[in-house]
Amino acid sequence: MLHNVYKAITIGGSAGSLDVLLDIVSHLPQEVNLPIIIICHLHPHDDGSMVEIFSRQTVLTVNEAADKEQVRPGHIYFPPANYHLLVEMDKTFSLSIDAKVNYSRPSIDVFFESAAVAWGPELIGILLTGANNDGAEGIRTIKQYGGLTIAQDLQEAAYPTMPGAAINTGHVDKVLTVAEINSFLHHLLNNTQSK
Amino acid sequence: MKLSDIENLEIQLLLEAVYCRYGYDFRNYARASIRRRIIQFMQLVGAGSISEMIPMLIHDEVFFGQMVKEFSITVTEMFRDPAMFLALRNKVIPVLKSYPYIKVWHAGCATGEEAYSLAILMEEENLGKRTTVFATDFNDSALEKAKEGIFPLENVKKYSQNYQNTGGKYSFSNYYQANYGAMVVKSTLKETLTFANHNLVTDQVFTEAHLILCRNVLIYFNKELQEKVMQLFDDSLVHGGFLCLGAKESLLYSKHHDRFREIDAKNKIYQKIS
Ligand SMILES: C[S@@+](CC[C@H](N)C(=O)[O-])C[C@H]1O[C@@H](n2cnc3c(N)ncnc32)[C@H](O)[C@@H]1O
Repeated sequence: MLHNVYKAITIGGSAGSLDVLLDIVSHLPQEVNLPIIIICHLHPHDDGSMVEIFSRQTVLTVNEAADKEQVRPGHIYFPPANYHLLVEMDKTFSLSIDAKVNYSRPSIDVFFESAAVAWGPELIGILLTGANNDGAEGIRTIKQYGGLTIAQDLQEAAYPTMPGAAINTGHVDKVLTVAEINSFLHHLLNNTQSK
Repeated sequence: MKLSDIENLEIQLLLEAVYCRYGYDFRNYARASIRRRIIQFMQLVGAGSISEMIPMLIHDEVFFGQMVKEFSITVTEMFRDPAMFLALRNKVIPVLKSYPYIKVWHAGCATGEEAYSLAILMEEENLGKRTTVFATDFNDSALEKAKEGIFPLENVKKYSQNYQNTGGKYSFSNYYQANYGAMVVKSTLKETLTFANHNLVTDQVFTEAHLILCRNVLIYFNKELQEKVMQLFDDSLVHGGFLCLGAKESLLYSKHHDRFREIDAKNKIYQKIS
């Protein structure tokens, strides 16, 4: 049923999300046939280091997304520090230095909304722990365009505000623990691999 | 038709209307950003759909004026990416010194912070008197602010730090006066600067230039428009002239790539060689 339905996964995380993201990425299969775009609020000067840290956890290619670059399956992307990341309908990235959104640049909302438009029902959006409201509007938009939305279990989240705000929109399909997210992704990605 | 395709059709029609009615051409701007701003403006004015705003903007110039403001993002700062300014000092200015008169075109200057940064650099390199920086933007209200040269004082600490990291020779406080919560830039800097309205999409080459700075403007354009604007810069630069792009902008994939050589890849400084 899940066979080749989904074409992209995007994950948003803020306070407390680094360990969770490392956990998720280290559990990904060796071959993944869709792109994974991670928007994580990080320190403005941490330029490039996210790519380095995550590269050590996976055999998948981890990149900093470049302006007008084509989004490729099997790659994990991070926005450059201090830029918003967006994706266009032709699945190329755009960057912007617009003002912060929800006190954040990159903002999860900004990417999620553009991804919702670009991938529609073929997108999965996952929102993890965080201490602000970024991502909630993005989750709403992903749902509006027919995508699948997941939030981290509030009991488990180090900072439940962010996934809580998303759940409160009424547009979250699944509330999962990290272990459940991992097994969901495992199942999904093994099913969408061309056999 | 998919929801996103219908919406994109509405956006296309709206941008077409803006172009035909007012001459501003946003049709080849990076669509995802433009969409975000249109949706935000739509919510602000309480319109029910994107297409509902088309007759409004056609018949109501004030309405259009409000909307177009949303389309111009003037976020900027002084000495953004200090390493780039340091590279300008070390790698570009020594070459510019050989010209009797130096013309700089600073395209997309927003409210002017970067232009004043450049003016400071030229003054410190003793080139202030024989340099003109033509700083242009298509946003008149941003240009008005740029001409005034009065910026919020709260940023001074950051700017001062940035300035030191560019290899600044003095104290940053030499270049401004604090006045009722604002920083007023030193008026002699203005002698180097000429602010003017210029639209990169619809206007022709602005001037012959030895150095063009255009940072964090091209990311707002789609690939096609980026190439068109690169052509404009290519036409404007003298042989051996320099081009400086934003930290995340690159000539690498442009068809103009072969006409330039990389002076500093990390800081996105290029020199025209043909
Ligand atoms: C984000 S700001 C960059 C300011 C500055 N260069 C910097 O990097 O800090 C982008 C600027 O480009 C200007 N811009 C956008 N489209 C333009 C066009 N077609 N012609 C001229 N300027 C344009 C906007 O008005 C805005 O001031």
